[in-house]
Amino acid sequence: MVEEEKNLRVVRCGGSELNFRRAVFSADSKYIFCVSGDFIKVYSTATEECVHILQGHRQLVTGIQLNPNNHLQLYSCSFDGTIKLWDYIDGILIKTFIVGRKLHALFTLACAEDSVFVIINKEKPDIFQLVSLKLPRSSSQEIEAKELSFVLDYINQSPKCIAFGNEGQYVAAVRDFYLSVYFFKKKTTSRFTLSSSRNKKHAKNNFTCVACHPKEDCIATGHKDGKIRLWRNFDDEKKYTYTCLHWHHDLVMDLAFSVTGSSLLSGGRESVLVEWREATEKNKEFLPRLGAAIVHISVSPAGDLFCTSHSDNKIIIIHRNLEASAVIQGLVKDSNIFTGLMIDPRTKALVLNGKPGHLQFYSLQSDKQLYNLDIIQQEYINDYGLIQIELTKAAFGCYGSWLATVEQRQEKETELELQMKLWMYNKKTQGFVLNTKINMPHEDHITDLCFCNAEKSENPTLVTASRDGHFKVWILTDDSDIYRKAVGWTCDFVGSYHKYQATNCCFSEDGSLLAVSFEEIVTIWDSETWELKCTFCQRAGKIRHLCFGRLTCSKYLLGATENGILCCWNLLSCALEWSAKLSVRVMEPDPNSENVAAVSQSPVGSDLFVFKPSEPRPLYIQKNISREEVQWGVFVPRDVPESFTSEAYQWLNRSQFYFLTKSQSLLTFSTTSPEEKLTPTSKQLLAEESLPTTPFYFILGKHRQQQQDEKLNKALENELVQLPLTENIPAISELLQTPAHVLPSASFLCSMFVNSLLLSTKTESAEEVPDDADMEEEKESDDSDEENNFTEEVQDTNTTDLGEDIIHQLSKSEEKELRKLRKVDYSWIAAL
Amino acid sequence: MLAAGEEGIVDSPGMGEFKVHRVRFFNYVPSGIRCVAYNDQSNRLAVSRTDGTVEIYNLSANYFQEKFFSGHESRATEALCWAKGQRLFSAGLNGEIIEYDLQALNIKYAMDAFGGPIWSMAASPSGSQLLVGCEDGSVKLFQVTPEKIQFERNFDRQKSRILSLSWHPSGTHVAAGSIDYISVFDVKSENWLMDSFGDETDFNLLGSAIHKMLVDRQYMGVSKRKCIIWGVAFLSDGTVISVDSAGKVQFWDSATGTLVKNHLIANADVQSIAVSDQEDSFVVGTAEGTVFHFQLVSVTSNSSEKQWVRTKPFQHHTHDVRAVAHSPTALISGGTDTHLVIRPLMEKVEVKNYDAALRKITFPHRRLVSCAKKRQLLLFQFAHHLELWRLGSTVATGKNGDTLPLSKDADHLLHLKAKVSKMPAFLRSALQILFSEDSTKLFVASNQGSLHVIRLLEGSFKHLHTFQPQSGTVESMCLLAVSPDGNWLAASGTSAGVHVYSVKHLKLHCTVPAYNFPVTALAIAPNTNNLVIAHSDQQVFEYSIPDKQYTEWSRTIQKQGFHHLWLQRDTPITHISFHPKRPMHILLHDAYMFCIIDKSLPLPNDKTLLYNPLPPTNESDVIRRRTAHAFKISKIYKPWNLTSGRISTISLQPLLFMELLDERTLVAVERPLDDIIAQLPPPIKKKKFGT
Repeated sequence: MVEEEKNLRVVRCGGSELNFRRAVFSADSKYIFCVSGDFIKVYSTATEECVHILQGHRQLVTGIQLNPNNHLQLYSCSFDGTIKLWDYIDGILIKTFIVGRKLHALFTLACAEDSVFVIINKEKPDIFQLVSLKLPRSSSQEIEAKELSFVLDYINQSPKCIAFGNEGQYVAAVRDFYLSVYFFKKKTTSRFTLSSSRNKKHAKNNFTCVACHPKEDCIATGHKDGKIRLWRNFDDEKKYTYTCLHWHHDLVMDLAFSVTGSSLLSGGRESVLVEWREATEKNKEFLPRLGAAIVHISVSPAGDLFCTSHSDNKIIIIHRNLEASAVIQGLVKDSNIFTGLMIDPRTKALVLNGKPGHLQFYSLQSDKQLYNLDIIQQEYINDYGLIQIELTKAAFGCYGSWLATVEQRQEKETELELQMKLWMYNKKTQGFVLNTKINMPHEDHITDLCFCNAEKSENPTLVTASRDGHFKVWILTDDSDIYRKAVGWTCDFVGSYHKYQATNCCFSEDGSLLAVSFEEIVTIWDSETWELKCTFCQRAGKIRHLCFGRLTCSKYLLGATENGILCCWNLLSCALEWSAKLSVRVMEPDPNSENVAAVSQSPVGSDLFVFKPSEPRPLYIQKNISREEVQWGVFVPRDVPESFTSEAYQWLNRSQFYFLTKSQSLLTFSTTSPEEKLTPTSKQLLAEESLPTTPFYFILGKHRQQQQDEKLNKALENELVQLPLTENIPAISELLQTPAHVLPSASFLCSMFVNSLLLSTKTESAEEVPDDADMEEEKESDDSDEENNFTEEVQDTNTTDLGEDIIHQLSKSEEKELRKLRKVDYSWIAAL
Repeated sequence: MLAAGEEGIVDSPGMGEFKVHRVRFFNYVPSGIRCVAYNDQSNRLAVSRTDGTVEIYNLSANYFQEKFFSGHESRATEALCWAKGQRLFSAGLNGEIIEYDLQALNIKYAMDAFGGPIWSMAASPSGSQLLVGCEDGSVKLFQVTPEKIQFERNFDRQKSRILSLSWHPSGTHVAAGSIDYISVFDVKSENWLMDSFGDETDFNLLGSAIHKMLVDRQYMGVSKRKCIIWGVAFLSDGTVISVDSAGKVQFWDSATGTLVKNHLIANADVQSIAVSDQEDSFVVGTAEGTVFHFQLVSVTSNSSEKQWVRTKPFQHHTHDVRAVAHSPTALISGGTDTHLVIRPLMEKVEVKNYDAALRKITFPHRRLVSCAKKRQLLLFQFAHHLELWRLGSTVATGKNGDTLPLSKDADHLLHLKAKVSKMPAFLRSALQILFSEDSTKLFVASNQGSLHVIRLLEGSFKHLHTFQPQSGTVESMCLLAVSPDGNWLAASGTSAGVHVYSVKHLKLHCTVPAYNFPVTALAIAPNTNNLVIAHSDQQVFEYSIPDKQYTEWSRTIQKQGFHHLWLQRDTPITHISFHPKRPMHILLHDAYMFCIIDKSLPLPNDKTLLYNPLPPTNESDVIRRRTAHAFKISKIYKPWNLTSGRISTISLQPLLFMELLDERTLVAVERPLDDIIAQLPPPIKKKKFGT
């Protein structure tokens, strides 16, 4: 099942920004769509569950819009230069329009039927244009669309800065200090400029976003100083007027009008959704405490739901009466990652810094945040320049039953606030409960902490290393008093080595040895007696990473130094086994094998080396896994082991390696080829192929066709009644392929259906000729499983020579039916 | 800096230095503005203040305050309106309706309306009828006759005082705002049955519906005691706009008596409303000092449906905006903070000239201070009294820009309040009085347009002569100037030109050719007897009285034109004086600058720097000479220096008066705005974000 020649690729694995663009609601508000890296995710608004992932783009998806002509279809555009049309209910790609230029945003208009608007950049990097793109009608799946017509120049690349107003009569664009309005009918552009930073009062007049009133000629613009301006009369460059709404104290990040235009929604860094009713300053409603800055606001076409995208990669679905009804939370990428990547042994979730002061548990499989653990448990005050308490270290111990966290806040050099918390997993509540809080566990920053995870150890042990020159051993002791039984953590041992700063600590796999590095020196301690066993010193710079080998390699200790030396010591001989010159940024042992992954940083990029401590030759080298610096990595045990036979990929059999780059994109390795990964989701009529062999199945095509072929070869036999080639009967495929909700009533279809099953004794040739065109068309619709009316349109363009008017959806096929019926010879009935 | 009410002497040695008395003990506080009324026929604005003063501003003449009626404590105006063209009426809490004589600048008559204090007054669109709303709830209709006004009838008496009135533009209906409700009357209806009113849905016999629209007392969910309708406006489509004490602007349908739209705009009272003539925009003023502009804009560009939208707020006031007016091109507002603010509507202004700039008028456009040069006395004119002060003096000397200590403080000598009644009848009302230089003659400009010359004797006086006005004109003279030798008397009215009389021969000597803009200051130069005239459009003329023609310098400057920055100044020149030793110098000042015109230097053109700072002393004389021009200006708010270094590095506050005491001493009467604001009642406290 695994082909050797397949290449190992670095792939983005979820955790992408859900808040990159405005989310889009389906017409019935049942689904919400959001871009997520190269994919589009379809969530159910009621259950918050991801219903479909629309995959097909090869680069970041930059815009999604409902097809204004068919609200069951979705357009998307991407940096890969294509616009794709999707059937989101079935998760099927219908069409791809190849534009061939980087598309930055997409807009659709109901009145512009066959064209969409996209933002492209000109040759110069920072100049963006809004252009109208004609989507050619064609039945093929991949269509070149190159017919661009220019609308507006020198615009902001963010789609928040473009808005179409009043049924597409004009488009408003904002940038810096001006608002430009292009009128499609008059083909003129008006430009309104605000006084810029010449004086202090207007220094923050910059436009940040724009929205157009759905019914009236009114443009709302958001500004950097928190003002919202409502522009009117802007078709007259002299008589234009605006009014101000001011509540936000920081920039307005997004604006949206409700469907009827009766209220305006605005949001910003305050994390408060403000609803301005009747666009008056005094009549406003708030939905506060949304957790993070509001980046985007969108409104469902049905008008019953709003949604806000937040800077912590979260989408909140809000009911019309300003009650949050659902939260879709992705991987939070808001803050610096201090804790690194960890795996919660219980849930197998990825654990890292989340919201400020929180630890997030993120499921890699479902690309969803499982929950947030509030570690700091203090109100977070979002203010620029405020020094916050940072969650700096965390570690799981004893198979996930203990969690240790360290938080610190340093306002001045001498004032360090340090706190270590130990959390016990409570089976009843299925969550972590604070057990012990230790104020100032050390005099200085804690550089590392680790649990003793040996199977045999009966008493949980935690070691912390600190810059104050000590490492401390904490053990769980009985803390019961007369009121209750309890356990708590106390310090058991304090070790130091010549007043050097302790930088790393690590337990051996069996828990018998503890390695603590003191700057350049590695010390080995016996975990029973806390006796210094031996020291290693390579004089190759301070130790940055330290880890013991596992399984068969447990006699080795690995250390990576700042000077770019990777050392491996043999603990039995107490000697250096080997050393290599490698500037290691990340060193992670695989818990399920002997393998150790090391990521080194070179000026061109980061390289991955996988090796066993026993031999200095790496098992696998992947150069240039990322152009950026890799900050953290982790091995995640696989649920189902893979069985790569290739030696190079065997290290991926039991675990998967995930790493996080500086720009906080979570990446991993995958062997599946991009083509396979991005299977064109043209799995239409999958139902047809996988039907169980029921009588219904016999009516349908494939089987019969094969039979018929055989029969034709055998020449005619008389015992079987000749059934028609049902696959080619349009009425049946029509019936089976059209979504149920667009089908006419069953009584209407019934006669047609039955008629189509009746045998006619016409000649082969007479049957073949008129059906030819139909067959072709049916195949097309097979290919795409499009909406019926869409097919109709295509057919319309194809068969315009017939000059037939299409009255309603099925009229065309009815015509065909009628035509066919006229030709059907029912004389055989008389013969009976 | 000097504290208020103090006097300091600033020494500035150097070439031609001055010792400057900086006087800040003129405790002048203008009264708050109560009403404004705009007359579009004459483009004039009438402003009444809380002390009963009424001022007329000519908006065409650079917003010059051309007429002035002094007030009285017992005559607090509550309403002001123009009727029948250009007749001005006011009504007040003493229950009287007053008509002003705009020619003679006095009160024509006062008529009691017999309804208790009058709160509101409105002239019918035709101007032939006047409606007043009284304390007792009655609305009284007066007919405006050519000479007087005549009571016609009472409307239905309401339960409480009528605070606002507005006519429908057709003159058939009237909306009256009271406490908690608005009533709509049919003017033509003969039957004003008392019992037909009271029920909202009741109709009287003739079918003229009287609606009573109850205004919600609710204010942000909190019920206030009463909702006072401070203003109503009746639009031609039948909409009534009301502003009330709950901070609401409400739109009512007068035909059905229903509320159409509600705009909550302020947390405090909305006190005034004014609608433009085209009814496409209106302006309201709130007690928070904010003025809101509402505009009628079309909903979409291709539909005829229009809606009222609140557009821009203007915060030019710190206190209540008691009155607003809407001229075709500007929003005018005034309030308790005594400023009259004229905010032009940019979209209506065609050319960018000084009409397009925001105007804030605080100080009167006339001289309130006079000075006895030899005795070093200052006479301050207040609204209802006079004060006489003696300047302090110093013996110290110092460097340029030093503040010298006073050896003798300024003295308050007199406080004149009582009026001397032993006066001949013709002297009872004088608009302007002036003593001759040698104090032997007194010139009195009376309100009948005549000028009286009186010889002063020891303890008594003798009427010498009366210059009668030109036949046919009754316009009063309000500016007088006498030549230092006492031979010539120049007098100017509000519109006609300047007349020069020969005091020796007691006859009219000549008349300076009439100019479109009113005269703001007059002075006759010593020796040459040149008459210097400043007009409200900032033009300055020099007219030679003996030659009866403009001087050569005046012709030159007219030919070349003034510097554009000079013409853009927005306060008129209120005083002109001359240097006793330098005949080529003319000293003049407005509220924000002091200028010495040196006629010997070249005139500035638009390319030169008008407000040029003092070139560094190390610059060669050539450069100094090249940059020097005739206008040496000291800007008040910025410490500009005069080119010749006459006044250096002292920043002055708004200047009410400046005069040369002698060739080395200058007296400047300043009035810092902060001192005025300190004496006003505290404004409504508003929460400011971040405090």
